[in-house]
This record gives sequence, C-alpha cells and structure tokens, in this order.
Amino acid sequence: MIIGLDVGGTHTDAVILSRNGIEKSIKVPTDPADLFNTVLSGFTRLLASIDPSQIQRVVISTTLTTNAIVQQNMEPVGMIVSAGPGIDPEFFRTGDHYYAVSGSINHRGREKAPVNEIQIQDIAKKLKDAGVEYVGVVSKFCVRNPSHEILIKRILNKFFKQVFLGHHVSGNLNFPRRIATTHLNAAVFALHKSFFEAVRKSLAEKGLTIPIQILKADGGTMSLEASMHFPGQTVLSGPAASIMGAIPYAPEGQDVIVLDIGGTTTDIAFLVDKAPLLEPVGIQRGRYKSLIRSLRTDSKGIGGDSALRVSDNVLTIGPDRQGPAMAFGGPLPTPTDALVVLGLMDTGNREKAVAGIHTIAQELGLSDEQAAEKVFKACCTIILKKTFEMIDQINSQPVYTVHDFLEGYKLSPQKILLLGGPAPYFAKKIEDLYQIDTLAVPESAVANAIGAALARTTCEVSLNADTEQGIVTAHEEDFAEPVSKTFSEDELMETAYNLLREKAINSGADPENMDEVEVVEYQKFNIVRNFSPRGKIFRTKMQLKPGLIKGFEKMLH
Amino acid sequence: MLKAMHKTGLVFFPAFDWAIDPTHPEREERLLYTQDQVTEEGIFDIPGIIEYKPALATPKDIQRAQFCVPDEQTITTESHLISAGGAKVIADAVMGKEVQNGFALVRPPGHHSMRVSHGGRGFCHINIEAIMVEYIRTRYNVKRIAIIDTDCHHGDGTDNIFWHDPDVLFISMHQDGRTMFPGTGFPGELGGPNAKGSNLNIPLPPGTSTEGYLYVINNCVLPVLDAFKPDLVVNSAGQDNHYTDPLTNMNFCAQGYAQLTTLLKPDIAVLEGGYAIEGALPYVNLGIILAMAGIDYTGVVEPDYNPEKLKQSVSITDKIKKTVDQINSFWAQRLQLRSDAGTPGELQVRHREIYYDTDNIFERQKERIRICRDCGGSFEIDSRAMPGRHILGVHIPINACKNCIEKGYEFFESAPADTYDRIYLMDRPKDSYHIK
Repeated sequence: MIIGLDVGGTHTDAVILSRNGIEKSIKVPTDPADLFNTVLSGFTRLLASIDPSQIQRVVISTTLTTNAIVQQNMEPVGMIVSAGPGIDPEFFRTGDHYYAVSGSINHRGREKAPVNEIQIQDIAKKLKDAGVEYVGVVSKFCVRNPSHEILIKRILNKFFKQVFLGHHVSGNLNFPRRIATTHLNAAVFALHKSFFEAVRKSLAEKGLTIPIQILKADGGTMSLEASMHFPGQTVLSGPAASIMGAIPYAPEGQDVIVLDIGGTTTDIAFLVDKAPLLEPVGIQRGRYKSLIRSLRTDSKGIGGDSALRVSDNVLTIGPDRQGPAMAFGGPLPTPTDALVVLGLMDTGNREKAVAGIHTIAQELGLSDEQAAEKVFKACCTIILKKTFEMIDQINSQPVYTVHDFLEGYKLSPQKILLLGGPAPYFAKKIEDLYQIDTLAVPESAVANAIGAALARTTCEVSLNADTEQGIVTAHEEDFAEPVSKTFSEDELMETAYNLLREKAINSGADPENMDEVEVVEYQKFNIVRNFSPRGKIFRTKMQLKPGLIKGFEKMLH
Repeated sequence: MLKAMHKTGLVFFPAFDWAIDPTHPEREERLLYTQDQVTEEGIFDIPGIIEYKPALATPKDIQRAQFCVPDEQTITTESHLISAGGAKVIADAVMGKEVQNGFALVRPPGHHSMRVSHGGRGFCHINIEAIMVEYIRTRYNVKRIAIIDTDCHHGDGTDNIFWHDPDVLFISMHQDGRTMFPGTGFPGELGGPNAKGSNLNIPLPPGTSTEGYLYVINNCVLPVLDAFKPDLVVNSAGQDNHYTDPLTNMNFCAQGYAQLTTLLKPDIAVLEGGYAIEGALPYVNLGIILAMAGIDYTGVVEPDYNPEKLKQSVSITDKIKKTVDQINSFWAQRLQLRSDAGTPGELQVRHREIYYDTDNIFERQKERIRICRDCGGSFEIDSRAMPGRHILGVHIPINACKNCIEKGYEFFESAPADTYDRIYLMDRPKDSYHIK
C-alpha cells in the first residue's frame, strides 16, 4: 500500500492506495501556523487501524516553502555573485547581504577575469559579522564552467553552515533566475530541514520507517535526502499534486485540459498523452521568476467562493474571496450560491443562497433563476477564455530551428478533466457551452492526495560537449570528462542516460519506474574558425518525464 | 527594478539547423553564442521585452519588393522565408503599437539581394528589409521610410531596390568599396534621376573606430533624418564593423553599437551580417537590445576590449570628415540634382553588371525609367543571367502618377514574349503581380 498526503491552504488530504484502489481517505483542516501538527494529525488518522509495515511508499506535498515565501519568513542569506560583462547585477539584488564581485566566465566557459580571493575573504568576514549562516554563490555562465563558484565556496566553507552553488540548481542558462533560485534554496533550507527531520522522527515513532518522498513542482518526487539540497523545488507542489491526480482519467495519445476549481482560484494545466506540460524555463509567478522545474500551470481568480458584485449593471466575479458561500454562512453571494439556487447543489442553506443571489438579480433586473444562470455561465466562460489564451500562448512559443518551426507540436485538447469541489456541477455546463468532452474526475475531492501518492520520481540532466576544448560536462551533476575529437551523438546520449539513471536512483527512483526517458533537446554545431572546422558542440537535455508509478492506476478507473 | 523604458519586441530566429554550407560564415553556429548570452542575461524575462515567434513570408510578400527568377520558391529555402517573416512580425508589433520598437534577430541576412534576384549574392537570396518595408507601406499606408544600413558591407541590394524611390531614404555606411565586397557604395551613388539624394552612400576608411562611426551619425545621418522627416526609421543592423570581425577591417565595438542605436532610435532594427560570432555578436546584440529597450548598457563590454588599441588615426578622422562634408553638400543640392537629371516624360537607360558571389552567377541588366516629377517613375529591367534566364521586370511604384501607371502597362504589354523566358509586372498601386 502507498500513501499520499497533500497539505493545502485550507484542508489537508491524505489517501492510502492499494492495487485494489482507494483503501482509505481522510481530510483534516490545515493549521497554517502549525503545519507539523497538521501533517502529524493527518498521519495519525490515516494510520489508525493500519499496519505500518504494509506501507511501501509515502509521498508528502506541503505548502511549507510557499508559505515561507508569501510570509517573507525566510532566513537571511548572503549572496555573492560574479557577473562579468552584461546587465548590472545590482538589478538582481536579493536583500541586504548581496555582493557583486569580480571574476568573469564567458559563454564558452572560458575564464576572462579571475576571482579576487581577498575580496571574497573580506565579504566572508562582513557576512559572518552580520550573523549570516547560509550563503549562495552564483557566477554568470557557471553552467559552462563552475570553477569560480567552487573556488569561492572553498574560501567560505569554514565560516558558514552551508554554501549553495548556482551550478547545482539547474543546467539551464539564466543568471537572474539562478540567483533567485539559489537564494531561495539557501533561505528555506533550515526551515525545510528541521520540519522534515521532525516529520521523519514522528513517523518512525509510528512504525513508518520507509524512506519519505517529497513532491516537487514538476509533479515528480524526490527523496527527503535529495530535497535537502534543493528545498525550493517543493514550492507550488500543491497544484502539481492535483494535476497528477487527474492523469489516471486522461485518455492515451490525446491532449487534455485539466481545470482544478478551488475556493478562490481555478488552476489550469495541460496533459499530452498522459504527461503534464512543463514550464520551459522554470516557475514564474508575477515578478518572481526561477529555474525550478515546474508543471505549466496558471490560475484565474475564480472559484466556488469568489465574491459576486454588480456595479453599473455589470456583474463581476472575484478575484477576492470574502468567506464561504452564503449557503454556508458567508457574507457575500458566490458562484456556489448560484449552484444552490439552480438546484444543482443540495447542500447548505438554500434560503440564504437565494437571498444572496436575489440581491444580484435585482441589480441586474433578472429573476433569481436567470441571475444564477448568468453567474454560472460567466464562471465557465471566464475560465475557458483564460484556458484558450494559454493554449494560444503555448502554441506561439518561439522556436529556434526551421524544423521546429515547420513541424513543431501544436497543442489541441479534445477533452477537459475537472477537479475540485464544484467540478461535477461544472462538467455538464462546460460541455454544453463548448462542445468539448468534459469529465469531473471521480474522487476529485482527494485527487491531490492520489496524485501525490502515485507521482513517480522525475529528474533532468543537461549535457554540453565541446570537442574543440575536449570536454563533456554536466556541471549540475558535478560531472566533467575529457572527450576526443571523434566524440559522437551516440556517446553523448549514453553518457546522458547513465547520468540520468544515477541521478534518478539517488533521488529515490524505483528502477521499475524509470523507462519514461525523454530527450527534451538535442543540438549539434560545427565550430568553424577561419573557414576550417575546429570541433563540434553537442547539447542535450534528457529527463525522466512526470507520470504515475506502475501498478495502481487501473484500479481507479 | 529592471524594466524596459521602451516596450521592445524581439524576434529571435537563429535557424540552428540551416547553413549555406557547413563551413560557411552563414552557418548554424552563427547565433549560438548570442543566444547563450541573451538567455543567460535573462533578456526575455525583463518586463517590457516581448519575444515573438516569427512567421513565414509568403510569395506575395516577396513580390512587392523583388522579381525572383524564375520564382520565389526556386531561389529560397524555408529559412529565408522565416527570416523575412520574422521582420514582418516585428513590423506588425511596432505598427500595431504593441511595442514601441523592435529588433528582428534573424538569419540569413538580405541586404545584398536586389530588385531582380537570380539567386544568392553576399549570403543573401531575398531582401528581408525591403520585403518588410513594402509590407509596411501596403498594409499600414506609411509614406516616408528611412533605412539606415550600418552593416560593414555596402547594402547594395537595398540601395538598388529603393534607387528610384524618393519616399524611401536609404543611407549606407560601410567600409570603402575599394577594399571590400561588394565594391560599390561611393559618395556619387545618389539614387536614380527621379530620386537623387534619397540614396546616400558613406564609405569609411579601414580602421574607422567608434569615434568615426558616431561622428558620421551625429554630423550626417541625424541631420539628414531631421530634414527628411521619416514616418519610420529602419536600421539594417549589421555587426561586422566589430574590431574582431574576420571578414572586415574596422574597429567598432559593442558600446559603440549601443550608442549608435541610442542616437539613431530606430523603430525597427533587422540583423544583417556579423561573423565574429564568439567575441563580438553576443555583446553587440546584447548592447543593441538594451539600447532599444532603454536599459543601461554600460556594463556590456567585450572581455578583451582595449580602447587605446582601437583608436583611429588622425588621417582617418580627416578622411571621414571630408566624406561627410561631401555627402552633406550632395544632400543640400538634391532637388537641383533631380531637376538636372532629365526631362519629364523621357526614358533614361542605364546598364549594369552584377556578380552573384554565393551562387556564381553573372547578370547583365538594361534598365529604362520614365523621368517623372510626380512620382518615383515606372521602369523596366531587362535582365540576363549566366547561367540562368533572360527576363523583363516592370515596376510601377507605389505612389505612381497616372502617366507612370500607363507607361508601366505599356512596358509590360509591348514586351515581346518570344525574347524573354518570363515577363513580370509589379503593380504596387494595385498591390498585384503578373507574369507572362
């Protein structure tokens, strides 16, 4: 049996799955001030009358790091960045303890200016005096040559608890995002570590001693040990959990829209042949941009509890929530009240719901029924409009080769999967309005916990081979090896596969669930100087795709 | 906070799977390091910088600017069409006011491709700026356009396409044709009889540095633009004036390019040449993008930049000043030069010989134009390519007067079909293209 537990903003959901389906599911309120006790009480209720030795897998998704960011409750971190030529690194300042230092590496990974060791020692002293315990070091183009970061770390090591290096964060280029991501990992490290050590200890006391897996924003899992180096990857794992929970119901070989309709927002995501689409670079929310691998999700400020208002004869929905629906004792009418008025929902206080919708109806000059219908239709329209905008955006993403321009994949979904409380009521309406096959996912109230339980380990490696310089590297994995002039695509792929496999095993992957390897990117360039060939540059990215572990999915159908 | 002062659109199309041939300067690797630099700098994350996906240019787009022989499909590949289409997408973004200005970082380039194109010359098969400019004129009804070509090679293709057009000001600054392909672009080349002075060619001596380039911009290009009052400024942004470029002999630098862009304020910039792909392009392109977006670019300096070593000699400075004086005096006399050039209604003939270095074609042309004071004048080009075809192309300009429209049709209808492999009519007022 396996366990998935997802701590959400208001509720914490957990399930035990066996090869026969859902054995048990629970829902407890989340106490944002004490997530540890929330997790613990979830496990206590879940494991009551269950033999812990039967449990083979535990996956946890929490809002711990997300909350820390939102509440600005993060450890002060010292950042040392070396930029070289380009945009002034002052623009990427992360806080008070931010130092731009000399040293420069170019796009080929060649050193253009050395590190000034005395400057680093001075900064180390200043940071130490300021009481800083964690430091991040990022140099521009470190993914091509991390030697400056490594040298700086060597100088800093004896002064600080932990030093985080930019080239470990991702194989992708993007200096500002690398700074933000390295900073995030350092800033939530202590919080993440103490939280999960406490969880592990408590679970061990309950007799649950198997390794714990943590859910990431890309809908995959990593081992608790691996998470200690990259705690930032747990940000926004909640939306990822839900989307993974929709996968069992997605048809093979089709593009699918997933809509998770919550209280205040609706999350939108896409599946292609049962695999979720990923962000091309990393998580971004508003001004915050990172290199954290993530599912491609966006949200629209409309949910079951969105506040309804009318001004100048125009109906607005959300984006705020002023409490639950009036049917459940809230202060303002909501889309949920509209569902009650239309007789689609038969829970809650119908009189209060009608009273709420009545005020809206009067202002709009409609009957209660008509007003409720208008609200319901508007919700569907707004959510779907946003969804189609996202599809257009995905399909107009720039490409860099003639081949991709002409043959590139076009997303064209033929089915919608709905998650969240109001999902069953919305399914038929959306199908009527848009003529797209729409299904409310069964057990959608705990789909997030199911998604967490079933998510398999994911990871990605990025390789760069440069036969002129005679080297193949994957600096994110601390890997560099000499290569000859005759290095080939086959050798590159073999090296990449071996590194990916090793990384996956280290992240807690089960060898049985490692066959979904995908080459995300492959490019080859001839290096030519003065009209004569000097060597080749090969680049590739290989990943274990997000998806579900084997053996459980069938029982959910 | 890092933010673009001017909303700037970018089309980035490095064509990572297209080359003229594997060791040619115009190969897959050309924009690789530029992409690395721009990506590492996080350019596409900056609020106010918007990346657009290029589109395919259509035969119709090309037919507004050029006679492709035998047709568009035969002499282009998809990459050419995406490159021209990328420039078009930027034009739409700028003209639709989605962005304030835009930069098409596309390859292959186009500025050596002329009104008649039998194939590739100077790495160019179709003229991406000219196709874009004609698209803008038709779609958005823009009248006066200035094209400033800052590529190190004379932009002879664009020069040729707008040779007879008084509404398009074409200025090319380039390394002296006596020392550089294509060997043209001297101060006396001022445009056709109906458009004298609307083409200005500014040859610069080998060894010209940032000082010289900015002198020309400040003392010639900007005053001329002030007088011309264009509705739109296009920069053919070649990057081969750089001190490390393997094909040229100049001493320009990334800071200089960025300053030039700030001074010129182009509405649209289109990448042309530039083959110092590692030491120059990553920094020059970054500098141009930041300058267009109005973001501080003082940190964009090549790692090996040494201004002392790149200083231009006094004799070079003197030569540049003399050339600028000469060009300015031609510009001042342009209307007089036009009225001296011929009598309205008469036909003037010129003969040209054109060599296509990329495709090894030799072309002979005989051009006849109607002298006109009311429009650019209709003309016909009798063109014979060896190896290749013998064609006649008739062009009726977009703002053609009634007499020139009639003359254009007379050229087309009276042309003997058995003399030519093909006869083309480019009727710009009707936006139509006919072949017989």
